[in-house]
Amino acid sequence: MQQIFNFVIRNKTFLLFLFLFSIGLALTIQSHSYHRSKFINSANALSGGVYGTVNSIDKYFDLEKENEILAEENKRLKEQLFNSVNSENNAVIDTTISRENYRITTADVYKNSYSSTNNFLTINKGKNDSIKQDFGVITSKGIIGIIDNTSKNYATVLSILSKKSRINAKLKNSNHIGSLTWNGKTPEFVQLIDVSKFAPVKVGDTIVTGGQSSIFPKGINIGSIESFETDISGDTYTIQVKLFNDMTNIGTIYILENRDRDEILKLQRSSNE
Amino acid sequence: MSSVLGINSIRFILLLLLQVIICSHINFLGYINPYIYIIFIFLFPIKEERLILLIVSFLLGMLVDMFLDSGGVHAAASVLLAYARPVFLKTSFGMLYEHQSIKFSNTELGSLITYVTLGTFTHHLMLFSLEVFNISGILLILKKTLFSSIFTIILSILIIILFSRNKK
Repeated sequence: MQQIFNFVIRNKTFLLFLFLFSIGLALTIQSHSYHRSKFINSANALSGGVYGTVNSIDKYFDLEKENEILAEENKRLKEQLFNSVNSENNAVIDTTISRENYRITTADVYKNSYSSTNNFLTINKGKNDSIKQDFGVITSKGIIGIIDNTSKNYATVLSILSKKSRINAKLKNSNHIGSLTWNGKTPEFVQLIDVSKFAPVKVGDTIVTGGQSSIFPKGINIGSIESFETDISGDTYTIQVKLFNDMTNIGTIYILENRDRDEILKLQRSSNE
Repeated sequence: MSSVLGINSIRFILLLLLQVIICSHINFLGYINPYIYIIFIFLFPIKEERLILLIVSFLLGMLVDMFLDSGGVHAAASVLLAYARPVFLKTSFGMLYEHQSIKFSNTELGSLITYVTLGTFTHHLMLFSLEVFNISGILLILKKTLFSSIFTIILSILIIILFSRNKK
């Protein structure tokens, strides 16, 4: 017994180091395993408050740019509106909203990151605004990611610029689907993998969300095809997608809640059993 | 004693805020960020108990992790740096460290640079290994470590000199 005590006292620095280091390591491993709420995240009053203060000063510098983006979006929506009176075949986003499956909330981005391998955004809406895990997040130009953790007034968003994110996507002009992933290199490009080799892939074509995931409605813009190649087995294409969004500059976002999500998930679960 | 505590508390808070508000959003050339909060660990008083340094470093890393949503990578890397600090002190300052008489405000610039460089590389290597967490990303790890370290070292040395030389 005496010896054990002596050992502990003699090596107390090393033991404490080992203890704290393993906590850090455990938290790291936990954050790398797929998509479960992280123990420590920036959706809390302290970091949310600090980021909020900074953001309230910071956003004045972007007002002009924000205005331009809004005007552009208005223009596009007006175009869709006027054109749909004449011909009722386009405006994909419009039809889903008019069925009122999706509730839309706007939010400000308090923190954005794009340089690490798993990127998260912090936004200023949370449980008090009925934001929950797995809601979709988009801007006027394209998709951003999926809500990860929420606190009372803040939430974190798992960006599409993350090795953990896999979003269902398809080619705009056919129904061939694939998974959207990110290789961690540049924030301009994401990769669409597992696209069937029968798909009519052309450089410059648009990639949109596939609507199979019950998070995003079908047909939200993601990006355009920059280049493509067949993978090693030769059965599927791997496509480089240039994002419409500038992920390094995001001010205001829309959060999408699919009201039918629970129903869809329940149905899928019951047919799996 | 209380002034040491006061100075270190202020340094802790200021460096944390500086890190999460400004330095983590520089993204020079897309991915290069300095991690200057480790200055706190470099400058922590040598006479203090090492256990306290370990605990405070862990807290500092944890807070940075909280702000940056990075799991526990900063906490782990900071604790490693805090634990390995005596080794770096001994190699860079030699006899001065043995006599427990280092004052960071009036040491030789060369020794200071060696000390900061060794510490920064250790910290950043651990940081990016855990962040990428994939042995096939070894090149990415080394690239990020090298460039971010250079950035951190330059900034750290400048900050240490700016804020301590005039107190002589």
